[in-house]
Amino acid sequence: MSCGTNRDCGCATSASPGVDAGRRAFLKSGAAFATVALTPTVTLMAFGAGDAAAQGAQERLNPAARWGLLIDVSKCGDGCNECVTACRKENGWEDTGHPATDAQWIRKVTLTDPKSGASRELPVMCQHCDEPPCVDVCPTGASFKRADGIVLVDKHRCIGCRYCMMACPYKARSFIHEALIDQKPHAPRGKGTVESCTLCVHRIDSGRNPACVESCNATGGGAMMFGDLNDPESAIAKRVAELASTQLRDDLGLDPGVHYVNL
Amino acid sequence: MTSFRQIALVLLVLIGAPVAAALAQEASGVPLPAVPKAVKPAPDANHEQLMRSNHMSLLKHKRDLTVHEGDRTPQYSLNECVTCHAVTGGDGKAVTVADPQHFCRACHDYVAVKIDCFECHASRPGDEDKAAGLAAPGESAVAALSDYLQEVEQ
Repeated sequence: MSCGTNRDCGCATSASPGVDAGRRAFLKSGAAFATVALTPTVTLMAFGAGDAAAQGAQERLNPAARWGLLIDVSKCGDGCNECVTACRKENGWEDTGHPATDAQWIRKVTLTDPKSGASRELPVMCQHCDEPPCVDVCPTGASFKRADGIVLVDKHRCIGCRYCMMACPYKARSFIHEALIDQKPHAPRGKGTVESCTLCVHRIDSGRNPACVESCNATGGGAMMFGDLNDPESAIAKRVAELASTQLRDDLGLDPGVHYVNL
Repeated sequence: MTSFRQIALVLLVLIGAPVAAALAQEASGVPLPAVPKAVKPAPDANHEQLMRSNHMSLLKHKRDLTVHEGDRTPQYSLNECVTCHAVTGGDGKAVTVADPQHFCRACHDYVAVKIDCFECHASRPGDEDKAAGLAAPGESAVAALSDYLQEVEQ
């Protein structure tokens, strides 16, 4: 297997531990560098694994985790839009009067069986796939999967080509067509870049639940559950093991992190 | 010998003149950027010099750590810059980067270097940061009261 075909092959850490362990340690120590000003214009940057590096390691994401959602469709209320409203408020995306091109991080979808007429409502957002096609097609490496399974767009690298939007089978991504002002400080968004549900990554990094889950449990039907799918002791992993949950379009083999029950 | 002295003197004048002129210019009041004062005290004594020389590299390094590694500590975060260096405008709110008074614009306009950060990032503190970031020392009691009222509401 070559690194070129699979971005998550983990070659950097698993192959030839002798060489790469040293390189990794050096790079890690470089992440926390001390800078000393010798004169007002000359500075000395000292590399070394100090206390800051040790502290930094704890403040980073947990690479062993796989964050996911479990949505009980039977509890998802008819016409309830709490999760969408909460997401808008949290991340600052809103109607600009152009429904065809407006951003949509999460939407309510109604499925109806044409024969029986039975219908279900469910929220659909970025499914945070384990094998994300948006990451495969991105020409600049802007679309990426964090070590804890959250699929994001690094807008510093995004050139707005929108290949990822075409690759996504869930239509989860949107493109920002117009210049924006007064974005939320924790959710930068700008013209010419693609965006999607971040699973409220800023909240996860500070140990909180995503905004949609919080509002669904507070004022909605209590249909959403958030947690670490990799941790067998977590509530979500236990529920997923216990119930026959479905992933949307599981035939595609993308292994989404969002699971649905009673669909 | 005299010709050597003459050449040396001419060289000295040639080299010295621009230096003297530059000093004179600085002393004679060439407009310098008016950098607004920060709302909070500097995190360390070295902060000003370090940031003047290195803010672009530190911010770029931090941005990758934040996006890819989830490091959301306040050190070298752009949100922290914007919060501590918020400038209050005429309407009592922090000004955005559209206003020439904005902290970043003070120098960036002066040296004619365009910044792209604020095409995506907020250029002033968000609602949740305002009470903490913008309260002047005299207003701390009011801020504490409004915080308390918000808590009660919740």
